[in-house]
Amino acid sequence: MRKTKDLAQLQAIARGVRRHIVEMTGAAKSGHPGGSLSAVETLVTLYFDVMNHDPANPRWADRDRFILSKGHAAPVLYAVMAECGYADTPVDQLNTLRKLGSVYQGHPDRRFIPSLEASTGSLGQGLSVAIGMGLAARLDGKAWRTYVVLGDGEIQEGQIWEAAMFGAFHKVDNVVAIVDYNRIQLDGFVKDIMELEPLADKWRAFGWQVVEPDGHDIASLQKAFAEAAATKGKPTVLIAHTIKGKGVSFMENNPKFHGVAPTPAEVEQALKELA
Amino acid sequence: MRDAFIRTLTDLAPQHPELLLLTGDLGFKVLDQYIARFPRQFLNVGVAEQNMSGLAAGLALEGHTVFTYSIGNFPTLRCLEQIRNDICYHGANVKIVCIGGGMSYGAVGFSHHATEDLAILRSLPGMLVFSPCDLWEAAEAARYLVSHRGPAYLRLDKSAAPVNVEPGEAFRPGSIRTVREGSDVTLAATGGILGEALLAADALAEQGIFCRVLSVHTVKPLDTDTLAAAASETGGIISIEEHAVDGGLGGAISEALMEAGVFPGFFVRMGLRNTFSSAVGSQQYLRKVYSLDAAAIARTVSARLARGADRFLTVAAR
Repeated sequence: MRKTKDLAQLQAIARGVRRHIVEMTGAAKSGHPGGSLSAVETLVTLYFDVMNHDPANPRWADRDRFILSKGHAAPVLYAVMAECGYADTPVDQLNTLRKLGSVYQGHPDRRFIPSLEASTGSLGQGLSVAIGMGLAARLDGKAWRTYVVLGDGEIQEGQIWEAAMFGAFHKVDNVVAIVDYNRIQLDGFVKDIMELEPLADKWRAFGWQVVEPDGHDIASLQKAFAEAAATKGKPTVLIAHTIKGKGVSFMENNPKFHGVAPTPAEVEQALKELA
Repeated sequence: MRDAFIRTLTDLAPQHPELLLLTGDLGFKVLDQYIARFPRQFLNVGVAEQNMSGLAAGLALEGHTVFTYSIGNFPTLRCLEQIRNDICYHGANVKIVCIGGGMSYGAVGFSHHATEDLAILRSLPGMLVFSPCDLWEAAEAARYLVSHRGPAYLRLDKSAAPVNVEPGEAFRPGSIRTVREGSDVTLAATGGILGEALLAADALAEQGIFCRVLSVHTVKPLDTDTLAAAASETGGIISIEEHAVDGGLGGAISEALMEAGVFPGFFVRMGLRNTFSSAVGSQQYLRKVYSLDAAAIARTVSARLARGADRFLTVAAR
């Protein structure tokens, strides 16, 4: 697969992934476009630059692990894996999302896509699993790392903070969490529902290395992942500042598009913007 | 049972470097010897059972055999969704161990009594459910689980029935052990409360009533054949569990026999009936309060047999 550090190439891949997300959710007439679009650069940077993995050999023992804890952003994961060339995520079937017989369940499901590390969907659970994998790598003397993407609404779950305490106390420095901080959750703005601020201070107080990249600036993400890799003795969290619905004017920062698919006319307009 | 479990794990850990024991801060010193010998195979994860279960799933998906260990409902109900999604859905090799099944924690109070766990855990796809009755079964179930791959639940009781093993007997997971033969009534029990069933059987034998006593150490999968035989060969079946009657052993037996089309002469579920075990006292005292001790079992048997005899007399009088 075409791994690259080149910003123009990565941006082009991100644009293609955005088009997939719009088309998939439009075809499905349901799904979560907003929180998928906000995480595009994070996943593209991970899969096309940062992570060691081999789509031709998905169970390669030394691969880096990835868990999408905010499982409702499945469309971005499916589109990115499809662009990487994983055999169990065919590009030409992306538009079967949520349809009968599709491998593309509403939330990532390892029974249909064995290349996934974990099936997710119920919020708050992925960080613990990722840290369990990180512990396993350490116990087994392996160099591979584990990446886990969390939603901002998701980290209202108490289990996240159990895991955060554990990860820091046990110095699980081979795990990197990324909070897709788009500031919108299902019912509205995070600040109106249950404010997370001061978010960076919270993670620091829990003992994590905190980096705050612009989650739509690939160079900023690359730098943050490099800092995470260089951080020893504690885990790192990237609080990726993002915009829900990023890339589609009428979806941006609009809580409506958390869990509502675009209409055919909206798909058409969005694809024009993403041309 | 707890000590039998730890001893077994301590014996097997050297041959199983992939084995890991996680506890949610409830080692109570009984784990000390294990910890001292195998520090790399132990982790106290703190009072955080949801995280413990997720960690266990992550470790298991990377090839470890993980035991999560805590008391009462803490390793099960507190983290049920993590068990369902992270452990069971992935078929992760995690063994959940509850010490203090049923009302083991007596006067500690209802919060520490595990009285719905069997019903809830057995409903999870792929989950095996063990509830041994004596120390031999506890050790053997633990030994089996170290080598078995996949999710399982092991419910350990503070009380234990007297060990009643045939020389050379092998532990057969998924099978019911017949610990006493008899044809008048079947007493099917799970957990240490089997001891009460045996005492009741002793008392009834003096009155000429002979009970078949079954130890249902594996609640899932359930040994339907042995139960069907008991339904046909004895006068009726009484299920006995330190657990809610809804969905537990009694529920499992009735489901299995109904589906098999085999109907016992009578069927009684002894257990907690739509109630919390909130009385204050020891496990033994609570069994008495909730009509689950040997005397209550014997009374139940006598009452059912008398009712059967009455019906027979009525029919004969016609």
